[in-house]
Amino acid sequence: MIRDLGWIDVFYLALAMRWTIVLTLLGLAGGSAIGLLIAAFGTSRHVPARLLAQGYVGVVQGIPLLAWLFIFYFGFPIFGVTVPGWIAAAIGLSVYAAGFLGEIWRGALVSIPKTQWEAAASIGLSYTKQLRHVIIPQAVRIATPPTVGFVVQLIKNTSLAAVIGFVELTREGQMTAAATLQPLAVFMLVALGYFCLCYPLTQYSRFLERKLRVAR
Amino acid sequence: MAYSFQFRDVFAARDALQDGLVLTLQLTATTITFGFAIGLGAAAAYMYGGPLLRRAAQTYVEVIRNTPLLVQLFVMFFGLPSLGVKLDVIPVATTALAINLGAYAAEIIRAGLESVPKSQVEAGLSLGMTRGEVFRHIVLMPALRNVYPSLTSQFVLLMLATSVVSQIAAPELFYAGSIIQSRTYRDFEVYVVIAVMYLAVSLFLRAIFAICYHLLFRRP
Repeated sequence: MIRDLGWIDVFYLALAMRWTIVLTLLGLAGGSAIGLLIAAFGTSRHVPARLLAQGYVGVVQGIPLLAWLFIFYFGFPIFGVTVPGWIAAAIGLSVYAAGFLGEIWRGALVSIPKTQWEAAASIGLSYTKQLRHVIIPQAVRIATPPTVGFVVQLIKNTSLAAVIGFVELTREGQMTAAATLQPLAVFMLVALGYFCLCYPLTQYSRFLERKLRVAR
Repeated sequence: MAYSFQFRDVFAARDALQDGLVLTLQLTATTITFGFAIGLGAAAAYMYGGPLLRRAAQTYVEVIRNTPLLVQLFVMFFGLPSLGVKLDVIPVATTALAINLGAYAAEIIRAGLESVPKSQVEAGLSLGMTRGEVFRHIVLMPALRNVYPSLTSQFVLLMLATSVVSQIAAPELFYAGSIIQSRTYRDFEVYVVIAVMYLAVSLFLRAIFAICYHLLFRRP
């Protein structure tokens, strides 16, 4: 049954955007948790820990997200657990995000000059206090612009979850396009939806970067 | 675990994997060539063009960077035919990928061009070099050297992103995987093999780019 593209479709597309947002947040939460571990391992004094972090980053950044999604989607049933598409997508996105966030954060930690550690130690701060009061506040400022930039990548990459059948903005667009036979208008609308989510964040990331440059 | 892994069926489809791999490499090479050219053009338009050209370059970069590749691909592949533009799968895939890479490359190259101090240009001109020579030797090459790491990681990401064109049935590596999957039902094994192949290609590309760095930017 072919019908016209109407406001109701626009409304449904807008509603589907919330699943894009939910998926992004899930991926960001999972990715941050694993990413923190990767950053911690990557800045460790122990060589095996550093190698592990390096290996993780190398493997994640060397395999397409689409493959991660399929591996998790088809991998769980092997262990006798059938997971719905959105859980597989959330896990795949988390693993993927951790590879990038971990590297961004590791880079930020490493970029703090050694003298800052030494200065903190010389005023008698313990290792955790050095981290908490001296290193992390500076590292966070450095890491925020690229982190926000990566969230934009994450939002766009949730579109790949459509491929394993999760109904977010892109999948909703595919269904609307099939029902109305107006793919150009529909996919332009879908693109507009992503643009509205991403553009403010891109600008925010730029603003933070400029602010950081001025502060230096 | 009752499941027994069977990679045999997957390896039996070596030919399909090989064909897919070849197309992935071809797509990567063509896209990098065109994408780099587009990026260079857009960055130059932004840096040296008039207000109109600058605006156009900016809009291009923002629109592409803030929308997903998959949706760009769908607009071109499913949307454009309704305007009477009908292209084959591989030209559409190449065009979409090149346009996508161009926007990222433009942003990176622009940062590189901005990193060259103005005094260097003035010094070059005062030595009697022509504007073209100054641009080539004093602005462009150092700019590219400064952003070489980001530019080449973007190229590697692009290679991985070519997997997305499997969604419009361009028969590259990922698509070959889904064909083998539907024939053998070895879903997990297929995608593990595919993933390892992509990993190998990305390591290979990184090695190539490292060698290119020495060839391109070695000082005499």
